[in-house]
Amino acid sequence: MNELISDEAKSWIGRSAEPFLVEISRRDIVKYSIATEQQQEKYLKGDEAPPMFMFGALRPLVPMDELGPDGIPPDSFLPELPLKRVMAGGTEMRFHRPVKPGDKLIATRSLHDLYEKQGKSGPLIFAVYNLSVENEDGELVMEEKQTRILR
Amino acid sequence: MSGIKISELSVGEALPERSYTATNVSLFLYNAAIWNPHRIHYDEPYTTNVENHPGVVIDGPLQGDWLNQVVVNWIGDNATLTSFNYSNRRASYLGETLTSGGAITAIDTESGNVDLEIFIKNEDGDVITPGTAQVRF
Repeated sequence: MNELISDEAKSWIGRSAEPFLVEISRRDIVKYSIATEQQQEKYLKGDEAPPMFMFGALRPLVPMDELGPDGIPPDSFLPELPLKRVMAGGTEMRFHRPVKPGDKLIATRSLHDLYEKQGKSGPLIFAVYNLSVENEDGELVMEEKQTRILR
Repeated sequence: MSGIKISELSVGEALPERSYTATNVSLFLYNAAIWNPHRIHYDEPYTTNVENHPGVVIDGPLQGDWLNQVVVNWIGDNATLTSFNYSNRRASYLGETLTSGGAITAIDTESGNVDLEIFIKNEDGDVITPGTAQVRF
């Protein structure tokens, strides 16, 4: 195997992206809670963020002229691969501390694995990322393992 | 919903189900809230003509959120969600009504951990987004 993943691409395994600082705002939590039809008071009032709030809070903010024709910003944290169409695979999250307004969080994403598989309709490449979010005191807030599938 | 105790739970017990029908407005607000400009979530001609979907796509992570709400709405402030996973097996499109639900798969009264199996089903009753979660009482 490994015909599709070049040695250069494989050398990315274990690499981390630049840590990313996010300040959590109550208003952003309330917007997310309304849009996802939350029912718990603590989320609707923005006292605490719903479990998947960080998914949106960590999305890249890039200038308009860098967005592709599909609307998506380019992913700078993916090596050159022969398959281009990205689909969401699965995700595994562990929660250690609640996320609250005013929190200043530091997120670090690393490429954990890159492998290929033969799918029903052709080859697939799996890119597995580890995300770790810590607070200012260096305490772990949440961890996530995300799988993206390229076809 | 309020005041549930681990001692009163049993394996196999179902969690309350809830149905969701995304609209143009709710999908727009979700993608604005997460800052997602992908056109398959709001531009129908582009979605069907260029990316060949049968309709505007309901975000996979939005289904992931609805999935964990099965758990957080069930536990309220009686327990904490400690872990959660899911996979998006099949896409879902604007106009469909999805149903979330789940059941208890394991109870450890010593540690306070309860394992859950959770799902999002489409109108045909197929599980399109399965997952599991663990809570601690």
